[in-house]
Amino acid sequence: MEPILTAVIPVVIIGIICAAVLVIASKIMAVKEDERFPVIRECLPGANCGACGFAGCDGYAKALCESSDTPTNLCVPGADGVSRKLSEILGVEFEDVIEQVAVVHCAGDCKKTQDKVEYHGIESCVAAKLLYGGKGSCTYGCLGLGDCAAACPQDAICIQNGIAHVDSRKCIGCGICTRTCPNHLISLVADVEKVVVTCSNKDKGAVTRKICSNGCIGCKKCEKVCPLGAIKVTDNVAVIDYEKCTDCPDFGVCAKNCTTGCIMISDLSGMHRYKEN
Amino acid sequence: MIKLIVILLSAVFINNYVLSRFLGICPFLGVSKKLDSATGMSLAVIFVMLIATAVTWPIQMYLLNPNNLGYLQTIVFILVIAALVQLVEIILKRYIPSLHKSLGVYLPLITTNCAVLGVTILNIDEGYTFVEAMVNSLGSGLGFFLAMVMFSGVRSTIEGSDIPKSFQGLPITLIAAAITSLSFLGFGGIIENLFA
Repeated sequence: MEPILTAVIPVVIIGIICAAVLVIASKIMAVKEDERFPVIRECLPGANCGACGFAGCDGYAKALCESSDTPTNLCVPGADGVSRKLSEILGVEFEDVIEQVAVVHCAGDCKKTQDKVEYHGIESCVAAKLLYGGKGSCTYGCLGLGDCAAACPQDAICIQNGIAHVDSRKCIGCGICTRTCPNHLISLVADVEKVVVTCSNKDKGAVTRKICSNGCIGCKKCEKVCPLGAIKVTDNVAVIDYEKCTDCPDFGVCAKNCTTGCIMISDLSGMHRYKEN
Repeated sequence: MIKLIVILLSAVFINNYVLSRFLGICPFLGVSKKLDSATGMSLAVIFVMLIATAVTWPIQMYLLNPNNLGYLQTIVFILVIAALVQLVEIILKRYIPSLHKSLGVYLPLITTNCAVLGVTILNIDEGYTFVEAMVNSLGSGLGFFLAMVMFSGVRSTIEGSDIPKSFQGLPITLIAAAITSLSFLGFGGIIENLFA
C-alpha cells in the first residue's frame, strides 16, 4: 500500500470514531433546555457584547429563564424595545432601560499635545502602551492607534487628529470599548447627560500644563462654581458625579469657567433618543 | 515503589513542566493573575493530563507501535485528546454540573495545550509502563499547579508594588517568571541522592 495511505487512513478512521462518539454522547446526554430559552434568546440582539453583565446573549437568556429576579432591563443595545418584549414573555412589569453611550475622557489631539517619541511598532494601543506608556507625552491620554475603533461592533468610533471620537448616534452602549482601552479612557454615561470631562491625566497641575493644553490641572474652579456640588477633583482630575448632575439651574457654568477647557458641553443623545425625536 | 516516588517527585520539582521544561507558558502567564483562576486552570490541567495519558498510552502501545505507525504520534494524540476533552465536558455538563461550572472555560481551553501533549509524548519517550506514566502525569499536573499558585502569589505582590515605568506590565512579569524558574534549578540533582 502507498505509504501516504497507511498514514492517512488510520488518522481518518480515528477521527471518524471520535466524531461518532461525540455525536452520540451529545445526543444521549443533551441537557434539557428551558422551552422559553429559544424565544428569549430570539428577542435579544445577539451582539454578545456583555453589557448586561452576563457572558453574552446566551448567558443573559439563561439567567432570565432560571431566575425570575433577573431584571429585564439589562440589555442596553436592545433598549426599551427588547425590555418590553422580555417582560411580555416572562410576564413581569416593564422596566425602562437607561440608554448609555460611550464617552472618551481625552481630548488631547495633535494640536494640543505632542509626541515624545516616534513609534514604529505594531499598530495597537496595547502594544504601544507597553513601550514607555505610549508615544504621546501624556501617558494617561488616548494612544490613538484605534484598538477601540477595531473592537467597536457598530463602527461608531473613529480616530481623528490622533485621538478617538465616539459617534453617539451609532453607539449602542455595549461597553466593549471601555474594556478594550488600555488607558481606561472610555466610560459609559447615560445618554441624557450634557457635560463631560475630557481629560484623565492624574499628574500634578504644573506637569499636566506642560504636556497638554487641554489637560485638567486640578484647579478646583469647577468644584466651586457647580451649584449642585456634583464635581469633585480627585487625583488631580475633575470627576462629575452624574447622579447629582441633574436639572442644573446654571447649565454649562462648569464648562464656561474651566481654565483649560477640558470640561465640555456635548450632545450625547444616542441612537435611541435620536430615533424618538 | 521507590521508582514511582522518584518519578512523582521529579515530575513535580526537578522536571517541572512550566519552570524547567518551559511547556505551557501561555496559561502560566495568561491565567496566573488571580489565585482562584490559577487554581481552576491547574485543577483542569491535572484532570486532563491524567485522562489524556490513560487514553494515549494504550493507543501508542497497542495501536500505533505494532503497526509501525509511531510517527503519527503527534497528530493522533492531538486528535484524541481534543475529542476526549469534549466528551468529558459533555459528560460533566450532564452529570456533575457544579464541577463543570467550576472548571468552566479552562477545560476546552487546555485541549490543545502543549503541556498536556508534552506529558503524553514524553511518557512514551521515557519508556514508562502504564502505572509509571499515570504517576508521571499526576506529578506533572501537580507541578503545574505548584508553579501556577506560586506565580499568582508573585504577581499579586507585583501588582501592589511601585515598579519603574519602563518595567510595568509584561516586562516585570517575564522577569519575575525567569526568577521563579531559576529557583527551581536548585532542585536539580536532589532526587538521585535522596534514595541512594
